[in-house]
Amino acid sequence: MQPAKPNILVIVPCFNEQGAIASVVRDLVAVRQREGYQLDVLVVNDCSTDKSMDIIRTLPCLYLNLPVNLGIGGAMHSGYRYAYLHGYDIAVQVDGDGQHPADELPTVLEPILKQEADISIGSRFINREGFQSSFSRRVGIKYFRWLNQLLIGKTIHDSTSGFRAFNQRTIAIANNYYPDEYPEPESIVQFGLQGLRIKEVPVRMRHRQEGVSSINTSRAFYYMLKVSLGILFMYFRLVNKRAD
Amino acid sequence: MATLPITIQVISLLVAFLVMLFIGRLIVRGKLREEYAILWIVCTIILIVFSVWRRGLEQIALTLGVFYPPSLVFLAAIFAVLVFLVHLSVVVSRLQSQIKTLSQEVALLRHELESRTAVKEASTSQIAEPAATSE
Repeated sequence: MQPAKPNILVIVPCFNEQGAIASVVRDLVAVRQREGYQLDVLVVNDCSTDKSMDIIRTLPCLYLNLPVNLGIGGAMHSGYRYAYLHGYDIAVQVDGDGQHPADELPTVLEPILKQEADISIGSRFINREGFQSSFSRRVGIKYFRWLNQLLIGKTIHDSTSGFRAFNQRTIAIANNYYPDEYPEPESIVQFGLQGLRIKEVPVRMRHRQEGVSSINTSRAFYYMLKVSLGILFMYFRLVNKRAD
Repeated sequence: MATLPITIQVISLLVAFLVMLFIGRLIVRGKLREEYAILWIVCTIILIVFSVWRRGLEQIALTLGVFYPPSLVFLAAIFAVLVFLVHLSVVVSRLQSQIKTLSQEVALLRHELESRTAVKEASTSQIAEPAATSE
């Protein structure tokens, strides 16, 4: 039985998001008041070089200030460690660039609150509403869909989505290990192999309000290769462990 | 013609000793850890051995069936470099994951510290405030 009002931690990784971070946090706080959640917002400042940190200090939220830039995976990992350490029931990842509208939070939380899933992923491709990403990125996402199908036998439509909610069991696993670079597709394979229930829910995403993606054209190839390798090694590591 | 091998012998001995001196200085100044220093000292010793023992390379090459002795040098050197590079990649990977864990711990501890001082400040300001307003 989960408590009547589960403690929710919304983790917002932030790397040079001075233009968007304030409104992201304010939207989340507004949702908390509207829905009556027991919810804390934790911004993880991944060593931003702009004024993000000064802005974060003035916001109504908790924050972690990383002394070294760890990348999105390392930042999220610190957030999950915080959630684990402080015994939160649910952890939600919301990007700091305003891509993930706070209004969709209840949709993403629903499967976890109803205990239908261990991981709930907000996917933009189920109802095909809102920002759909560029063509080349969609090709990449299709490839990861195929890889997921192959390795964990599950169709994840939007495996690169960073809009996701974890329950306590998943938080405990993420506390131990979370991939560092481009963690989204890799962690799905990790969780899938560990027998966690993954559910996708349709959400609408926005175009990022400011800043640029960390994945540009020249990095796309490296991204695909790195993530594929990461996924394969993850697969072999966990398949061997499961056989023991 | 006969003096040329002697010249090269002197130069290579000199270089070997200079390298040894340089490595020694790095260790003394604390810029090189002993575990890596051992490797470099071994390298310089090999260099010295072959500078003194001039026919050594030729003899080893012949016993191994290598017809052109310098190619044995390249083979050995490239192999050694590759092994060392792989070792360094492993070391760097380990350091990277240690740095990750450390900075996460630092961030979590900073948070803890700040929230504690914030609580303390709040409690002291609550006591201080009425006194300030009474003035």
